[in-house]
This record gives sequence, structure tokens and C-alpha cells, in this order.
Amino acid sequence: MTTPVKNPETQVKRPDESLFKRLTRQQLFIPVAALVLLVLFNLIADPSFFAVSMKENSLGNPVLSGNMISVLDNASELVILAIGMTLVTASSGGQDISVGATMTIAGSVILRMVCGGQVTADTMQMNLFLAVFIGIVVTAFFGAFNGALVAYFNIQPMVATLIMYTAGRSIAAWINNNQLPIINDVAFKYAGTFLPGIPVPTPIFITILMIVIFWLVLKFTNLGLYTQSVGINPNSSRLNGINPKLVKLLTYVILGVCVAVAGYIRISRSGSINYSRNAENIEMDAILAVALGGNALSGGKFNIYGSILGAYVIQFLTTTLYKYEVPSTALPAYKAVVVILLVVLSAPVVREKLASIKKAPAKAVKEVA
Amino acid sequence: MQEGAVLEMRGICKYFPGVRALQDVDFTLREGEIHALMGENGAGKSTLIKVLTGVYPKDGGEVHIKGVEGAAVIRSPQDAQNAGISTVYQEITLCPNLTVAENMYIGRTKGSVTNWKAMNTGAGKILESLGIPASPKQQLGSCSIAVQQMVAIARAVDMECKVLILDEPTSSLDEQEVIKLFGLMRDLRSKGVGIIFVTHFLEQVYEVCDRITVLRDGQLVGEYVIEDLPRVQLVSKMLGKELDDMADIKGESGGTAIDQEGAPVLEAQGLCSSAGIKPFDFSIRKGEVNGFTGLLGSGRSECVRAIFGADHVTSGSVKMDGKSVKIKKPLDAMKCGIGYLPEDRKGDGIVGDLSVRENIILAYQVMKGFFHPISRAQAEAFADNYIQLLEIKTASSDTPIKSLSGGNQQKCILARWLLTDPKYLILDEPTRGIDIGTKIEIQKLVLRLAEKGTSVTFISSEIDEMLRTCSRLLVMRDRKLVGQLSGEDLTQTKIMATIAGGDEE
Amino acid sequence: MKMKKVLGLTLAAALALSLAACGGNNNPPANNNPSSAGGTSSGTNTPDPAPTTGGELITVGVINNDPNESGYRTANDAAMRATFTEANGYKATFYNNNDAAQQIATAQQMVQDEVDFLLLSPASTTGWDTVLKDAQAAGTQVILFDRMLEADESMYAAAVVSDMPAEGKTAVDWLAAQGLSEYNIIHIQGHMGSDAQLGRTGALDEKVAAEANWNYVAQQTADWDEATARTIVQSVIDSKKPFNVIYAENNGMARGAVAALDAAGITHGKDGDVIVMGFDSDKWAFEAVLEGSWNYMGLCNPLQADTVDGIIKDLMAGKAPAQKIIYTPEQGFDCDTLTQADVDTYGT
Repeated sequence: MTTPVKNPETQVKRPDESLFKRLTRQQLFIPVAALVLLVLFNLIADPSFFAVSMKENSLGNPVLSGNMISVLDNASELVILAIGMTLVTASSGGQDISVGATMTIAGSVILRMVCGGQVTADTMQMNLFLAVFIGIVVTAFFGAFNGALVAYFNIQPMVATLIMYTAGRSIAAWINNNQLPIINDVAFKYAGTFLPGIPVPTPIFITILMIVIFWLVLKFTNLGLYTQSVGINPNSSRLNGINPKLVKLLTYVILGVCVAVAGYIRISRSGSINYSRNAENIEMDAILAVALGGNALSGGKFNIYGSILGAYVIQFLTTTLYKYEVPSTALPAYKAVVVILLVVLSAPVVREKLASIKKAPAKAVKEVA
Repeated sequence: MQEGAVLEMRGICKYFPGVRALQDVDFTLREGEIHALMGENGAGKSTLIKVLTGVYPKDGGEVHIKGVEGAAVIRSPQDAQNAGISTVYQEITLCPNLTVAENMYIGRTKGSVTNWKAMNTGAGKILESLGIPASPKQQLGSCSIAVQQMVAIARAVDMECKVLILDEPTSSLDEQEVIKLFGLMRDLRSKGVGIIFVTHFLEQVYEVCDRITVLRDGQLVGEYVIEDLPRVQLVSKMLGKELDDMADIKGESGGTAIDQEGAPVLEAQGLCSSAGIKPFDFSIRKGEVNGFTGLLGSGRSECVRAIFGADHVTSGSVKMDGKSVKIKKPLDAMKCGIGYLPEDRKGDGIVGDLSVRENIILAYQVMKGFFHPISRAQAEAFADNYIQLLEIKTASSDTPIKSLSGGNQQKCILARWLLTDPKYLILDEPTRGIDIGTKIEIQKLVLRLAEKGTSVTFISSEIDEMLRTCSRLLVMRDRKLVGQLSGEDLTQTKIMATIAGGDEE
Repeated sequence: MKMKKVLGLTLAAALALSLAACGGNNNPPANNNPSSAGGTSSGTNTPDPAPTTGGELITVGVINNDPNESGYRTANDAAMRATFTEANGYKATFYNNNDAAQQIATAQQMVQDEVDFLLLSPASTTGWDTVLKDAQAAGTQVILFDRMLEADESMYAAAVVSDMPAEGKTAVDWLAAQGLSEYNIIHIQGHMGSDAQLGRTGALDEKVAAEANWNYVAQQTADWDEATARTIVQSVIDSKKPFNVIYAENNGMARGAVAALDAAGITHGKDGDVIVMGFDSDKWAFEAVLEGSWNYMGLCNPLQADTVDGIIKDLMAGKAPAQKIIYTPEQGFDCDTLTQADVDTYGT
């Protein structure tokens, strides 16, 4: 073949672009900006918000305490869900609205296992890891059920997962014969509270572990490429040897696994479950986290770290609102306002406008000069 | 207006940004005739129809309709309907969950009260008079596609149309259904309706039409009475090649490196897919460049899709290098060393939001497997190599492919398959819609690949291009393989005669 | 093809599972979970055909709230199902839903089916006039349990309910008797507007308004939810506001609050820094009080089934109940006086 010809047009740069414009074009601009705003607001309003102190918990362990620790701790379930939700969104261009219900199923299954069918158990009746594993298998199965409806029966994700959204909490209650089981074993609550001798809440570690696992998975497999390719153009993907249906199914199963882990953290915070209230509306927050992360809810390209950041932003916001004693019934309304702002800001149209507004004064200055 | 004409279009012009879609086109439709509107893709058929039905505003010219004083003003499909022009599109645009009668009267009832009884009897009368086998109260969705098509026509007829436009009505019908539809068309003709028939099935044109108007590149080629225009003439007029002065340009090197010994690289027998082509045989040798030719919709793309496993293969056997292989899905074909550049670049080729790099490595990556991602550095090396080799114009390998021009996108897809080092490469319309320079580059590339021993199947609507590159041509007509041409026979005349079929003697 | 088959089977299995979960329930809403716990009848809203001898069994229709709402409701529902059995001389139909409209529709159906008694725990206090009138016309006697509704006393035969304002008053009186120099209270409310929330909040609000040394550090609703309660208390701890009382309007929320205290190493209960108060009747909560981990629990007795049973038997014998409204025996228990015997008697 011919010798490679240097093409003058292969390296086109845009030197005249302002820093602001380049910033706003970044996918992570919105979540980072939101985080900065929240931090600034709290710094100005009450800097003690960021104070972290060492305390001793009731078991005599030294533990860290403070709003920031609460944010990181309480965001755990949401972060883990957001990871799975990002993949599902990317591959199928839709969202799973049943995660709150399936989290309850996972919790119910795990509780049933460790309580051994009793209503109150003081010690675990089954190896905890085995119980959690069974929980993972069960929700992975429900994930596969959702995924199959979406991938093989071409049902819209939101409609397909509506089935589990509706039936999930009933199934969870049925698993425990409508009892509300309680486990009092201290070891069961390690995952939701603190490990002995470690001052950082365990959910933070589990979340970091999950993030690392997904970082490794995305690095050492083609999950990212396949998922995005299928989400963007299933026809092309198929003609390049990818099985789009299988990839979609896979993402739903992965979300199922995430759901089990999140469900386990949630119940291990208290050792009990309330089927109708457990993780209520968490699906909306998870979807929001994906959107805040700058990911298109119509699927395709994704940035998992954006979603993770988005989840922390949501929790940061919630904790801030609690701190200023916004009544918890009014909380959703406040959240909605912030959400509208953020989502509108992240819309491409607005971002383009933003960039041009910022540019105009710069031009004016030049003219004056 | 001409005596007996129901519709006259004079000097119609239509411009799109950068394109003259219609230039000074005349069209005349007479009472009680079926008039075929012919032309290859992009000739301006659908633009003309859309101007006529008010979908596009025209940029010049006049439309006269019988019974309307002066030039008719058609600014919307509603205007067209009021002027007596009805259109039945290729895709059924009725509501399958309503009844036949409801579909016929939808959007036409006056006031808010519907007289169901009158509607049903009215619909029943029309259906009966046209001999359409459907009952007014039947759900439309429960009828066959052909009957649905006929109901759409009945709806049009009931609106007392003078002009009925049928846009590719037969593409989803089987032979029996086509016969029924033609019966209905002849019936309407005898009632004085003028019918514009848009199709790419040559046989059907000669079966049912009275007159033909041929368009090419947005210009009128001519209007002909069917008896005066043999098929070969029609094809040559559509393709723009006068039979007389067609020089036989033989390809510069097509097929010199063909390895005539040993088993063919690929040999297929009785291959048939769910896309509705007739079973066909096919083979290609090492270093050979062959091609499928035929008019648009003749089934040439469907053939290569069947070879690649892109459509569901229903029967037939395939051998690679003499060994029997099973190709059920694209991945099977890829593993056998087959590459496929699809016809629809945007829909089937590029993955728009992904970067040039990801698009180039996609097929190679998939073949390596889910658990063996190639490193970023390696991917960049691959991409940069092909960006230079094929002179792909892109800001960087990180640029989303959708922001590249069509030709450069096509080069990326070519790079994608070259990276897999295929034994056999299928290129379906690789040069469509791209600039002339890139076209020639791609043709040269094909020949170079063949010299190096790669077998290539090349499909193009441009016969010149095929002649320059292919040493053998397989001719398709109406979804059937009708002939193979090579050596001496490889001339434009012969090709067109074979494409046209019927009266080639 | 194989793949498709496996998939089909999996889907069928999943569907079967979800159907089983909604077993015997004709109404799809999520929070509508008739249970089989302790009962024999299925939860259909139309009576099952009588299996054996007609005539001798008393037919009753039981309309209750979602048993998963709280431990209290689970116990309440289970007790009803355990009492109204064929062995006890009843042919009962159960229906659970938190939606008043659905409850009303089902009640109407039951009246049309001419049940002898309609046992009702209404999800809302209004909207029942037609049902009550129809019942009267059809000769169906209505007995309210657990929750009241707005109607004239003549419209129902009896009501066996909890006296929520009294519960609140008992609890607040107990708290006042603790003689703290200052009361800095985190008040975690239940579902706003519910009977229990109104009664339990009312007494406390009154006291806080009246006394200078009673203050709210936070007053928020957690909607009966444990996790929300935990977050609310955690937020107060993080903001370092001093508090010494947690007044949670049910046990689940008290439990969530305690989880937050434990995590921050704040002592609570007997001899602790923070007084913890809860309501309802859960056995585990009794045990928490007994251990001294909590200070107080206001008993809200969910076990009205026996009382209702007695009233029905009396009515069948022609004896009208002595009073129309019967309050279930209720009292407050604190960690100093609670005994194991009480736990065994009242814990559910």
C-alpha cells in the first residue's frame, strides 16, 4: 500500500475557545458545578457543616461523625444503584423503575435467611455471606426478568419494570409471610453501621469496593464499548458481531446485583424491614443521579463516574435540607426545584447559550480596547 | 390544458440547500390512465409527488387540475385532497385498531355526531363496488396487508379523487395480492381515474401501465407510451446511458489476480433469507472481485446480507475454502473471515456517538472477545494508522464519527473491516453519497485488496464503477438472480439487457 | 431457538411467582397485601362459596389496612384473621388496602353479598355514608375497629378503637413526671393527618406551647418510616444541637432514632442522656424498654379481635353492647415498672 501521507487536517485545534466554553462542554460540568454550589452555600451559611469529630459509639468503637460523613454514608445505596442504572440506561435507552421494590425483595430474602423464618432472631441462622449471595441471586433473577421483557419482547423499559414496581413489595412481604422480621445480631449490622475498631461507616467501604469492581470490569472487559454501541445503534452493533439483546439483558442482571448490595446495606442499617416504606422512591433518585451525571436518559454514551457524582450531589442536597430543618414532607418539593434547575442547566440548548453569553462580554472588552 | 388531461405540471422546480432536486419538470396525467413514474433513487420521483401533494412548497412552475380554474394552489396535503388528489403510501398510514369503515371516514365526518349506520352502509357500498373482500365493521388490523392497501385506495376513491397516487404499493405484497391490486387499479382506470404508479418493479410497470415518465437527476428524461419503450430502453434512460454511444470501459486490473485453482473462498448454494429473495447460488475465488447488480430493490443487498448472516437465513449451505460452515449471525461470518460494509451507512454502519477510534476497532474488538479488550494505546495506534492510510479527515481519533463527512465515515467503516484482515470483504454501495475523489480512492483500494489476495464483492448503483472493478457480475431482477456476466459479456449493453429482462432479444 | 425456550420458561416462572405473591387477590395495587398469616380465608373481595354447612356460620366481611404498613398493623391484621375462622363459627372475607376508595367499593360489594357483619378499619374518616346506609337497609351490622369514622353513632353497632389523644396525654404526662430541668425534644411524627399522628402530636404540642422549658429541637414527619427517622436524628446530631428527648410516634421510628444515637455514641434509655419514647405494641420494643435501652412505650393495643368477637356473639344473642364506643385497654409502660409478665401479655 502507499506510504502514509501526513494529513494537514487531521489535527484541528480550536485555540480561540474560552476556558469557560470548554468547561461547560465537559460532561461532568453540571454535577461538579452543583457540588461546588452546595459546598459554597454551606460554607457561607454555616461552616460547621463540614466539621467532623471523633466519637465513641454505643459499642465502644471510636467512630467519625459529622454531616460530611453522613452524606458519604447515606449516599451509599444510591451510588450503587446509580452505577447499575447507568448501564441499563445506556444499553436500553430507558430506566428500571422497580429498583426500590426489588431492593425490598433482596432485603426480605436476606432477612428471611438470617432469621431462619423466625420473626425475631438474636443470632444469625445462616452464614451472612451465603444469605447475601442468595439475595444477589434472587434480584439478579428479577433483573433478568426485566431485561428479558425489554430485550426479547421489546417492551419499553419503564413499562416492563412497572410489573416489578407494582408486584415487588407484595413479593417481598410474601417471602416473609407478611411478618416484619427483626435480627438483633450485632454482626448483621456491621455492613450498615460500623465494623468494630473502624471509625468509618462500613457502607462507605462497600461503595468504594463496588466502584472499584466496576472500574475493573469496565477496564478489563468490553462492557462499556458493547453497552454504548448497543445503546447508540443496535443495528450496527449486530452487524459487528455483538448480540444487542444479550447485552441489554446483561445490564439488567448487573443492575439486579447492584440492587441486592444496596438492599443489603439498607436493611443492615437497622436489622429490620418495612415492605411498603423500604427504599421508597429511591428509583427516582437513582434515575436523577444518572441524569445529573450528564448521561442522556435516551441511552448511548455514558459516564459512570458522572452518575456516581450525581448520586452524591443528591445526598448532599438532602442532608443540607435536613440540616436547615426543611420538613421532610416538603423535602421532595425543594428537591424538585433544584432538580429542575440542574436538568435545565444540563440541557444542551442551555449550555450552548451559557457558553455564548459568557463569550459576548469578552468580545465587547476587546472592541473597547 | 391538454384535451383529456386531469393533471398537468409545468416547469416544476424544487431546490434544497445545495441540491436542485427538480429542474423544470413537466408531467401530464390523462383521464383513465395508469402512468408509471420511473427513475433511480434520487431521480426526484418522491420530491415530485411531495410537491404535488403539498408536502413541499414548489420553487417554480405551475400545476393545473381539471375542474380548477387557473393554476391550482396546493399548500398542504389537505389542499391536495380537496383538489381531488389522493395518495396511498408504501407504509399503511391507517389505524389498524379501528374498523374498515372508520378508517375510510376518519377525519371526514362533518360535525361532532357520527352516523355510524350511514357510515357502515356507505363504506359497504364502496367496498362492494370495488370488489374489495372486507366488511365495513371488521377491524382493519385483522385484514391482510393487501386488503389494508385496498382499503386505503377505497378511502381515496370515496373522496372522489381525480388523481390517485400509489407510492410503491406492491413492495410488501405477495404475487397473488399484487394481482388483486392490479385488478382494482384497472377497474379504477375504467372509471376514469388517473393513477400515478411509483414502483421499481419493471415487470409490474409493463403489466399494468399505459404510459411512463422517466426522471433522472431531477430532470425530465421523457414521457413515453408503453408500447414504444422496450425495457432495455427504459433501463438505459433511467441509468442515463444511451445504448448507441456506450463505450465498453474495461476495468484497469479487475480480476488479474484470481486464483483459479483450489476451492472457492466462499461457495453458497440455494441460499435464501427471511428478507424475501429467491434462493440463489454464489461463489467467489481468492483475489476475485465480483458484484451484484440490478435496479434498486432488486434484492442485491438482500443477497449479501444473507451471505453475511445479517438477515435470518432460511435455507441453503455455505462452504468456505471447501469446508462446510454454518453462518447464522454476523459474528459467525466474521469468524470465517468475512467483512461487510452495509448499504445504509447511518443506520447500519456507524455508531454515531462513538469516537472514530472506537468505530474503527469495533469489529476487531468484538472478534477478540468480551473479556479481551485491546488497550487504549493499541487502539489509538490502530486508529491513527488507518486514519493516515486511508487519509480520513478528522480532528482526532477521539472525535465522534457522526461529525465527519459521509466519505470519511465510510472510510472509517472500511478501516474497521480492514483491521480484521478479512479473507472476503463485502462492500454494499461503499461509494454512495460521497465525493468523486473518495469514490476513486475506494475503487482503487478494492483493486489493491484483490491483488493482495482478498476476495471482494462490490455493489454499486453505478454501472461504470462496477465495470471498472468487477471481473464478474451477478444480475438481480425482482429479487431473483437472473444471470451472470463475465469476460466478453461484461458490457453496459449486455448488463442493461439482463437487468431489464423480458424482451432483451 | 434454545435460548428463546429457556427464556420463555424463566419468564413463565417469574410470572407465576409474582402471581403467587399476589395470591388470591383480585386487586392489583401494590400496597394491597392480603396475607395468609394465621388465617384460613383468602383475601378476595368477593366471598368464597361456602365450603360446608350454610346457615350456622356467621358471615363477616373484614376491611382493614395494609398489613405491611407497620408492626402494629401486621399484628392487628393477624389477630383478626386468627379470630374470624370457621372453627370459631365464622365465614370471613378479608380485604386489605390503604386506599379508602378501594375499601369503600369492596365494602359496598360485601353489603350486597349480605354479610351478617361488616368489620371496618377505615383508611379515611369520611366518605362512608352510603355504605353505612346501605348496610342498615340490608340488615348488615357494622362494627368499627381500630379506627373511627365520621358518622352518627346510630349508623354502626359498635366501635372498638384506640383513644389516640389519651395515648398522647398519658405519654406527655409521663414525660413531665420525669422532672427534667429542660426538655429539648426531637419529635418524629407519623403519617400526617392520620388518627394516631393527630392524637399523639396534639398532647405534646399543647405541652410545649404551655411550658417555657419545653422546646422542640426538631419536629418532622418520618411517615412511620424507620430509615427516615434515623436520617432526621442523624441530621440533628451532625448539627450539634443539644437534645435530651426523642418522642417518636411509633416504635419503628423510635428504633431508627436509636440507631442514629448508637452510631454517634449517645447514650439513651435508663441512665442515658436521651429519653427514648415509642408507641404501639411490638414485642421487640417491649424488650427494648425492659432492657432499659428505651424509656417509655405507649401501648396501643392492636388486638381488638377478641373484643369484636365478643360483641358479635352478644349481638347474635340479642344483647346490645353496653357502650357504643369501646376503648381498648391501653397504658404507658416505662423501663422502671415494666415486667416480663407485661411483655408476655401485651407484646405482639
